[in-house]
Amino acid sequence: MISILRSMWLTFLHVFHKTETVEYPEVKPYLPPRYRGRIILTRDAEKKERCVACYLCAAACPVDCISLQATEDEQGRRYPEFFRINFSRCIFCGFCEEACPTYAIQLIPDFEMAEYDRQNMVYEKKHLLISGEGKYTGYNFYKIAGVEIGVKGKGEGENEEKPVDIKELLP
Amino acid sequence: MKYVFIIAGILLIVLSIAAGLIWVERRLLSVWQDRLGPNRVGPFGLGQVVADTIKLFFKEDWVPPFSDRPVFVLAPGILMITILLTFAVVPFGPDFYVFDSNIGILFFLGNSSLGVYSIVLGGWASNNKYSLIGAMRASAQMLTYEVFMGLSLMGVVMMADSFSFCKIVEAQKGGWFFIPQFIGFIVFFIAGIAETHRLPFDIPEAEGELIAGYHSEYSGMKFGMFFVGEYLGITLISALVSTLFFGGWLGPSFLPPVFWFLFKTFFFICVFILLRASLPRPRYDQLMELGWKILLPLSLLNLLVTGAILIFLK
Amino acid sequence: MSLEVRMVKITIDGKYYEVKPEKNLLESCLSIGIDIPHFCFHPALGSVGACRLCAVKKFRDIDDTKGRIVMSCMEPVTEGLIVSVDDPEAKAFRASVIESLMTNHPHDCPVCDEGGECHLQDMTVMTGHNYRRFDFPKRTYNNQELGPFISHEMNRCIQCYRCVRFYRDYAGGKDLNVYASRNHVYFGRHEDGPLENEYSGNLVEVCPTGVFTDKTLKRHFTRKWDLSNAPSVCVHCSVGCNTIASERYDSLRRIMSRYNGAVNRYFICDRGRFGYEFVNDEKRIETAQISPGKNKKPEPIENEQLLSSLHQLFSRNKKIIGIGSPRASLESNFALMSLVGKESFYHGISKKEYLLTKTVSDFLQNSGVHTPSLKQIEKADAILVLGEDLINTAPMIALALRQAARNEPDKEAKGKGIPLWNDASVRELAQDSRCPIFIATPFNDSLDEISKNIFHASSAEIANLGYAIALELDKKVPGVKTWGKDIQKLAGIIALSLKNAKNPLIISGVSSGVEGIIHSALNISMALLSVGSNVMLSLVLPECNSMGLSFLPGKSFEEAVLAAEDKEIDTLVVLENDLYRRASEESVNELFDRSNHVVVLDHLINKTTQKADILLPAATFAESEGTIVNNEGRAQRFYKAIYSKNQVKESWRWIENFLKISDENNSVSWNRLDDVVDSLVNELPLFSKLKKYMPDADFRMLNSKIPRQTMRYSGRTAMNANITVSEPKLSQDLDSPLSFSMEGQQENPPSSLVPFYWTPGWNSVQAMYNYLDEPDASMKGGDPGVRLIEPSGGSKNIYFNQAKGITEVQKDEWLIVPVYKIFGSDELSSVSSSILQRIQEPFVLMNQKDADMITLNDGDYVQLEILKISLRVKVKIENSFVTGLTGLSVNLPGMPFIDIPGFGKFHKL
Repeated sequence: MISILRSMWLTFLHVFHKTETVEYPEVKPYLPPRYRGRIILTRDAEKKERCVACYLCAAACPVDCISLQATEDEQGRRYPEFFRINFSRCIFCGFCEEACPTYAIQLIPDFEMAEYDRQNMVYEKKHLLISGEGKYTGYNFYKIAGVEIGVKGKGEGENEEKPVDIKELLP
Repeated sequence: MKYVFIIAGILLIVLSIAAGLIWVERRLLSVWQDRLGPNRVGPFGLGQVVADTIKLFFKEDWVPPFSDRPVFVLAPGILMITILLTFAVVPFGPDFYVFDSNIGILFFLGNSSLGVYSIVLGGWASNNKYSLIGAMRASAQMLTYEVFMGLSLMGVVMMADSFSFCKIVEAQKGGWFFIPQFIGFIVFFIAGIAETHRLPFDIPEAEGELIAGYHSEYSGMKFGMFFVGEYLGITLISALVSTLFFGGWLGPSFLPPVFWFLFKTFFFICVFILLRASLPRPRYDQLMELGWKILLPLSLLNLLVTGAILIFLK
Repeated sequence: MSLEVRMVKITIDGKYYEVKPEKNLLESCLSIGIDIPHFCFHPALGSVGACRLCAVKKFRDIDDTKGRIVMSCMEPVTEGLIVSVDDPEAKAFRASVIESLMTNHPHDCPVCDEGGECHLQDMTVMTGHNYRRFDFPKRTYNNQELGPFISHEMNRCIQCYRCVRFYRDYAGGKDLNVYASRNHVYFGRHEDGPLENEYSGNLVEVCPTGVFTDKTLKRHFTRKWDLSNAPSVCVHCSVGCNTIASERYDSLRRIMSRYNGAVNRYFICDRGRFGYEFVNDEKRIETAQISPGKNKKPEPIENEQLLSSLHQLFSRNKKIIGIGSPRASLESNFALMSLVGKESFYHGISKKEYLLTKTVSDFLQNSGVHTPSLKQIEKADAILVLGEDLINTAPMIALALRQAARNEPDKEAKGKGIPLWNDASVRELAQDSRCPIFIATPFNDSLDEISKNIFHASSAEIANLGYAIALELDKKVPGVKTWGKDIQKLAGIIALSLKNAKNPLIISGVSSGVEGIIHSALNISMALLSVGSNVMLSLVLPECNSMGLSFLPGKSFEEAVLAAEDKEIDTLVVLENDLYRRASEESVNELFDRSNHVVVLDHLINKTTQKADILLPAATFAESEGTIVNNEGRAQRFYKAIYSKNQVKESWRWIENFLKISDENNSVSWNRLDDVVDSLVNELPLFSKLKKYMPDADFRMLNSKIPRQTMRYSGRTAMNANITVSEPKLSQDLDSPLSFSMEGQQENPPSSLVPFYWTPGWNSVQAMYNYLDEPDASMKGGDPGVRLIEPSGGSKNIYFNQAKGITEVQKDEWLIVPVYKIFGSDELSSVSSSILQRIQEPFVLMNQKDADMITLNDGDYVQLEILKISLRVKVKIENSFVTGLTGLSVNLPGMPFIDIPGFGKFHKL
């Protein structure tokens, strides 16, 4: 009985507390850089697309709202022919960012994406791709990978030996 | 002609209080939860009431094909009617009432018992297991609490020597009844919460267990009637508490009596909302236990002691 | 299996199991369902114990608590064997093996085509190695350009040797080998260049990681989990290998082999694997077209208008003729037959091919000689190949022959107590010993190396050899000795070998185009049967459904031309058939000229479709369900991988529209494939077995259809969002129990309905173990397909009289025999862009002496005059040809129909 009255009293005292509400359109809240908002595709330091179209983001997506098609340029560098995110389905869980092995796909602290027409929520590559590196700078997947696609020759990457001369006779 | 104005006036006051409570409750809750509440539509968000009403009117009024249609449609109306009828006997001021019945309290108790039908029939007609469970709970709960709701008022009746609300108010000129009838007040207040199945006693709705209990299948204005009915119930119980225990329209004469009545009523409405903001919902068995094992003996005791004292004083 | 197999009891981790003897421990564990990581073991290739990954602990007896680590793939199962798979030491051993294999493995998975179906990924997860401790520089290799089929990325290699063991030991390839030594071992060719072997595509599936990947898939790369798959059957030759056809974004992405214990098992040839690209080709007919008048360009037309314009063509009392096709499904051919009636149904193949196919088909139905499955071919212990260039006309039979060659050494190994799975030891023991294979063809092919006796001669001589063998076996065989002593002597050797063999096998085919060869092959098998031998006869037919078509009544193409001469045809319906590949240009033109309306249903634009007044887009194997019958007589159904959203429809659905117009009583109502099959079975009881075998479209597992898509199929809510953000209803497949969805029972569907292989922990093709009774055996619930012809009890002694061969070579003329090529001679696969790069220009083969006679060198061009056709061809020297005999490539792109064998002249250019 006392505890009931006490909790009523304590609740009543909240009349004198400061409200926590941020009046959003007039006051913009602070969102940390790792806030999971709009999804972007980034480029590496050489301004080349980071995305290698590995399909891991699409596979990680719990609502299956990412679809893409891989293709290759003349040098064998793989990139998405199209990359589509249906934001009307996206739940901003960030799994795609976690799955991405190249830091290409990133979620940024922008969430103001409301549209009157749902069709406008479908973002293609041209809407997603930015010209910078986003949150993570300095990473270039192809310098670490073993493939040769014009970024580095065989054996010139980080932590790689020169290619084996298979005609060498020394044991 | 005077009656028409009085009836119109009371209906206007009661219904606008009930509607306005939607906004009041949300704002008050937000104050107690360190929020702002609805503040966008109109000044102070008052337009929210209008917006909500318009929304309720324009929502699809859907009657489930599996329901018992006539009963389903009828149920919310019963609730509204019984509560509104009760307001007829509530004196808003010395001359501001529809009629002063000499069995006012019995009229109120009878009407509130009829209100149970609304909920039982609504839950039954929905033909949905959650609704039915909600309705069963509501009926058990209301039956239980009605028993000592009546008993708790008997002390007041004995002291005022009348069932008429006007007489009871007038009998409090020497002192409000909540002091001598403190136990009666507490029991009646708790029973009132249970009777309107407000939080923390909203077990028939219990959204965590039963979706929305007896009105799960209701939408549009039919749901709106249940919704408004609940606020009307709050208003009624608050009005009765102030009438029966806090001297009704009585108060310092620099303000008109109606103001004092409304002020007291509003205070208890706020207490209702504060209860919602601060207390968790008990288990169903706890509720029944409280009713039968504590409140019922308490009200009987109150009746006994009041009677004894009155006889002694005579 | 009829014989009761004695089982042995073994203990694995304290549990008792009964397993088959003569297996190794790894195989036994996999068939029980115990996952042991492994690399170098492959059920078709055996064990070599190279990768050291499949380590388990073996205990001496129950009292032995220490045990010792052994390689399970090299451990025979013996009575009372006690092993532990879960032993901590064995586990740690396996994890350390993976870790060391991974030290040099690049950080490539995101850009590696194997990712998601990688055996190495599976094994790494299975052993629990998850963090790389190796900080030193990684070894790298330069890659090679391996032609249009296979990509090479040597950095990813883990040195398991599976590729060379498959390529060299199993498939007989020469140009892939191991180079360098120690940790520099390199798998590749001696220099850049296309892999020459016809089975190189299987490296994609054999390689446990991403060293060899499918180059055609790379162009439209899709991960395994994103593919929507359907069980399919290869349509590029008469063997009917089972395949998995995979779709994404409405295009066919790749073909993988699908296990069928009786047919192709793990492998398919490159034509089957890479020939699929015709489905996505820009030459595809995707809209119905109608020409406004005779010889005018057709214009696209909507379905409703089309049906009204078809009305006059198919109304009653019209003379309608239907030309079927050996590459169309049984159902489509039957539908056409129902439309035009048996009398007006023509098979759409040349008279020669028709007669030969008919002979083969009749013989197989009536003689009581058994047609072997590929698996039975592998078990044959004496083989005669008569006049068929198997590598090019039925590549998988050639591969089976290579395995059959090992039967003799296998017997020897058994005698010495070496288990057959111990691959290296068996091969060491075998050296060059092989079971007797006799090959009689006009010229050399790569199978010659495994044969005991080779006989290169003209078709007539080959036929003579056949007759001689038959006569040698059974004196009752009609025939006159018209052959020389050497043939007689060879015939004696072969006849003796065949007679002594337990499972003798005769292989021949209609590709030679010579009646005598077929007749003599049939005579030999009949003769063997009459002496009580367990003879098998495998006859190669030209196309995927030649056998099925031959079971339907009908006539040859030439008779259609004759019928047109009698009376002008009102409406001619050509079903999936390019007639210009079947008969001479004049005769086809004549038929079209004498037809008022020509309706053509086909997949790709070709010469015949250009003659059409009404051109209808017919669904390919990838867009339709249908049944085809392979050369064994096995009916197999393929299921649609692509749900075509445009006008493309199954041919039988188009023809059903015609039928509804012509048949006013509406006696035919085919809503789905099963209805057509019902009608077919009613009409022709021969096909009644079709009903027994296949789960029909109402089949459900746990009340749901079998999903074509994997559980992790991605992009559902985005793939069509560019068209409309509202998701479309799922495509419905009326004709099959498969759904275009990822929902439903994923585990072990009936064997003929396996759309893909996946089991928990096994994302690579190795997941197929769980679909089999045991590795390398039949599929759970029996192998897919139903044999329509079974040898009936009493043999009827059908013998053929000796046909008159083509006799004397005339002056200045050369006898020209057909030379088929695996890449190019098949119509549909030669449209595929990858195969196109391997197709040679039209050529003639002749020996050096003949070339010298008309002063020709290798690579010169000559003008060939044959049957009023003049053709520019390239000369290639092939010394295995006898003098006076030349070979001409058949049906390569750009070549007209030429009826060979025949005589022709060469003019040097």
